[in-house]
Amino acid sequence: MSRIKGTFAALAGRRAALIPFITGGDPTPSATVPLMHALVRAGADIIEIGMPFSDPMADGPAIQMAHQRALAAGTTTRMIIDLVAAFRRDDAHTPVVLMGYVNPVETMGYGVFAMACAKAGVDGVLLVDMPPEEAAEWRAQAQRAGVDTIFLLSPTTSMERLAVIAAASTGFLYYVALKGVTGASHLNIAEVAQRLAAMRRHVALPVGVGFGIRDAVSAAEVGRFADAVIVGSAIVEKIAAGGSVETMIAGVEAFVRDVRAALTRDGDLPR
Amino acid sequence: MSYEQPDERGHFGPYGGRFVAETLMGPLADLERAYHEARRDPAFQAELAQDLRDYVGRPSPLYLAERLTAQAGGARIYLKREDLNHTGAHKVNNTIGQALLARRMGKKRLIAETGAGQHGVATATVAARLGLSCVIYMGAEDIARQAPNVRRMRLLGAEVVSVTLGSQTLKDAMNEAMRDWATTVDETFYVIGTVSGPHPYPAMVRDFQAVIGQEARQQFLEREGRLPQALVACVGGGSNAIGLFHAFLNDAEVALYGVEAAGKGLASGRHAAPLTAGSGRGVLHGARSYLMFDEDGQIRDTHSISAGLDYPGVGPEHAWLKDSGRAQYVAVDDDAALAAFHALTRLEGILPALESSHALAYAQILAARLGRDAALIVNLSGRGDKDVETVAAHEGGRACRA
Repeated sequence: MSRIKGTFAALAGRRAALIPFITGGDPTPSATVPLMHALVRAGADIIEIGMPFSDPMADGPAIQMAHQRALAAGTTTRMIIDLVAAFRRDDAHTPVVLMGYVNPVETMGYGVFAMACAKAGVDGVLLVDMPPEEAAEWRAQAQRAGVDTIFLLSPTTSMERLAVIAAASTGFLYYVALKGVTGASHLNIAEVAQRLAAMRRHVALPVGVGFGIRDAVSAAEVGRFADAVIVGSAIVEKIAAGGSVETMIAGVEAFVRDVRAALTRDGDLPR
Repeated sequence: MSYEQPDERGHFGPYGGRFVAETLMGPLADLERAYHEARRDPAFQAELAQDLRDYVGRPSPLYLAERLTAQAGGARIYLKREDLNHTGAHKVNNTIGQALLARRMGKKRLIAETGAGQHGVATATVAARLGLSCVIYMGAEDIARQAPNVRRMRLLGAEVVSVTLGSQTLKDAMNEAMRDWATTVDETFYVIGTVSGPHPYPAMVRDFQAVIGQEARQQFLEREGRLPQALVACVGGGSNAIGLFHAFLNDAEVALYGVEAAGKGLASGRHAAPLTAGSGRGVLHGARSYLMFDEDGQIRDTHSISAGLDYPGVGPEHAWLKDSGRAQYVAVDDDAALAAFHALTRLEGILPALESSHALAYAQILAARLGRDAALIVNLSGRGDKDVETVAAHEGGRACRA
């Protein structure tokens, strides 16, 4: 059983998985592996690492700035894969998902990228600007390497498209909870719950919810009906706050611990 | 030979497509459907034709530039006078069409990206006319170098948002417009200004701009009784070039030349010429095409004296036309474009946009090569009033040489 599958199976019926997001190489490549271990200590079930891109069109200001910091520090796509390999030396258990944009991956070559991911211990990849309609070659290469292909669902996804996306996805599905870019606020919890329930009738895979989850309270609310809660911009903002790397990591760890505690507290509520 | 591109999913061979986040996939399908209905609707076509005639001032003239021809010493150089359109460039052909479509879809708000400001002005203009609200995204560097157009957009009632991330030029303005659209997609229509972006934009913008070549072909036939040897147009995203080329694609005897911006020179790396000196195929802003990026796939900063050409990508149909050999692509640097700017101004009394000046520079070289029996058409895609400050700043005290 894959690490992602095993993680969701172990949590099924208990509580939502917590998936924190950080941009790889932000603020520097040397901070990423210590940050990943801190996320695990704080209770992360799966870790999502952003691969920096010069033109992150689906991201709001917080993650745009994170990508710029990472690129300014010399981070490359190859380096992100190496950082995951370094993390794996001390953590064979926690699933790691990479999230990025098509062009750097296509530049490396889908096959080369997928094999490098598999070798480094990357469990799944989400390419934000690659819908299933354009993904035939990427999916074939990822499947050959044994890397899950995660795709997005959104409030504008029709039921016909949902079937196409679900068929192309492995590991889990990522539901973008609101129209907009990462880091937006104004999440309408009741609406998200309703849409997710409707989608779930057509989807067997676990569904994680991201975009707009800013704190422990919103995470707990979403955790009542989602299989996973993805928290990104709120964490990245703590990384941006600066200070020494130790202080920054401690701040991120404390925040993620709070979010996880909120999910655990609510774990017994009806799902 | 007949030309049927793109396929039903927006692919021109390996190029084009729809590379966007999931939130935009549904809205793009809606747009595609609405556009297909509109283009088959005689009432829509009639209103578009009337607006192009009465509001834009079409057909634009085809003008024989006799003194420029004499100086170049070869083929007769005709200018397709898109600079004489309302708002001063070809951009309005497309914004009129997209704005009518926006109204048909019930959208109340237009957004657009702009580089030189011509597309921003053309969008703000049609928004004012149809009573739609309008937000224009523009890189901070472009706002500084195209100040007259920024003032025009604001006078027309548009909000101009300065984009300060990244290279602060057209590419970053397009990123920001895409983010806005993903957030406000229910009420907003995104008016893309060039033959780039996700399907159906490259095909839709081409269709709206194809009037340029349809007119030019007929005008030239009436004038010369045959077809020209060549067409020349500048290529940033490539909408004025596609617009001129399209009616001639099945005329194999007509050579097509797209002119990219060589900036400080192709060897310097400081250019905006993805077709002539790019990094190969890549994906940006919703489509696969030729692109400028580094060994890690990060998009490279570009340079051109003309804001409208200062873009690392190019429309996917141009990529296809290059690979198929139907069109050829060349590059002209800042200095040669400036020289052509002055030449047309002094010889013909026409101030060309710096973008169009790239096409003029190559047309002079080509005219000499083709010889006196030949004739060619240059798309004079815009007027240069907006560039007077840029030229002065670039040339210092030499701007007013007498």
